[in-house]
Amino acid sequence: MIEWAVITDNLPEYAAGLWLTLQLTFLSLCAGLLLAIPLAVLRSSGPSAVSRMVWAYTYFFRGTPMLVQLLLIYYGLGQFEWIQARWAEGNPLWLVLREPYGCALITFTLNTCAYTTEIIAGALRTTPHGEIEAALACGMSRLTMIRRILVPGALRRALPAYSNEAIFMLHGTAIASTVTLVDITGAARNAYSQHFAPFEAFIFAGLIYLCITFALVGLFRLAERRWLSHLQPRKATATRQ
Amino acid sequence: MTQLSVEDLHKRYGDHEVLKGVSLDTEAGDVVSIIGSSGSGKSTFLRCINFLEQPDAGRITVAGEEIRLTPDRNGHLKVADAKQLQRLRTQLAMVFQHFNLWAHMTVLENVTEAPTHVLGLGRKEARERAEAYLDKVGIIRFKDSYPAHLSGGQQQRVAIARALAMEPAVLLFDEPTSALDPELVGEVLKVMRGLAEEGRTMVVVTHEMGFAREVSSKVMFLHQGTAEEYGPPAEVFGNTRSERLRQFLSGNLK
Repeated sequence: MIEWAVITDNLPEYAAGLWLTLQLTFLSLCAGLLLAIPLAVLRSSGPSAVSRMVWAYTYFFRGTPMLVQLLLIYYGLGQFEWIQARWAEGNPLWLVLREPYGCALITFTLNTCAYTTEIIAGALRTTPHGEIEAALACGMSRLTMIRRILVPGALRRALPAYSNEAIFMLHGTAIASTVTLVDITGAARNAYSQHFAPFEAFIFAGLIYLCITFALVGLFRLAERRWLSHLQPRKATATRQ
Repeated sequence: MTQLSVEDLHKRYGDHEVLKGVSLDTEAGDVVSIIGSSGSGKSTFLRCINFLEQPDAGRITVAGEEIRLTPDRNGHLKVADAKQLQRLRTQLAMVFQHFNLWAHMTVLENVTEAPTHVLGLGRKEARERAEAYLDKVGIIRFKDSYPAHLSGGQQQRVAIARALAMEPAVLLFDEPTSALDPELVGEVLKVMRGLAEEGRTMVVVTHEMGFAREVSSKVMFLHQGTAEEYGPPAEVFGNTRSERLRQFLSGNLK
């Protein structure tokens, strides 16, 4: 029943697609997380005008589908003469916005950054006030307090919620195939159109996503064991006085 | 030498005047206990000393250096120089009622954190200092545990070690035993007695009348924002002039 050739003939393309999916996922997650940390600090404890600006950004990117965001950036920007003029100048920074790869990476980064900002901002807001007072009382500057107490504690507490965001992002990269990129889903579409065997083409893509998800879950479990042990129940071997 | 001097401290929340001009002087080695019923302003007074609460009027001098204050737009006092406040706060280590340890750090990291990142000590020096103080409060064997895995009394002893590691001019204690189970109070009080015997300068807001009577060099009884009694414990407890204090003590010592 199953036509294995659909899969075996297209293995190299699936492999290339896997590599692209991994690139898009990890680059956008890393960039998004790095941007989200300062934004979350501004969102939760910055001046109210700045906090509202960050809120407007996260509200837009969490309130619209990522597919629409991608289409806006990939197709929409090219409509403006100002952008076309920059492209005509040949400035490589602007040419990125003409490439599907660059557009996908920027969209995914902005999208995951918006969600991650809210996740971390939420964790920052639940910092026990006493920990902040203790930091100030021993003479820490505000910046040192944010860097040493507020952010490290919040990032740890944000880990479980962030692991979901990472998995959503992995699955979200599938829409890269709508702007001509051949990621895992793109490879499956090509296999389908060559062989007209949609089940084989897409079930294999699904299995690859499943494996990456499994690996991600494992990584986050290790991370939680490493960075969240201060919130876990005490191990049986620990002694009491 | 005067370690800490507070002159005529005022603090109000809206219409409610919590502190109506309270003063305090500590020489090196003094242990001042501040007692009073809840709502008397004793915790607010302590928290105003290191500016966790903003006093409305008054002068605070730490180790001979006065904290410079300027009026803000609304006429309230604010700290003129944040850097000076940070520097003087390192001389005023505080122990809180609810310990306030940093949950994501181990016991040892809690104690090395401020010496490393505020005082600028090297890693090795900070570690040796931290281990010495953890040993002093009898908690060295838990140095790699996280605060949540310790009992309240153990956490408070870590908090005391954290304060000691700053090697401050004055130690401020804000009801250090009030959040503890009765059977854990003793271990914390024992550490505090030890510190007093070493000649450390301490200001202690407390409900422990035994500690106030036996350990302190001065006792202040706060009532409705004023110091109704202030003097050596023998005088304050033995020769009580304030009727309020008499009532307060009979309520406390039944």
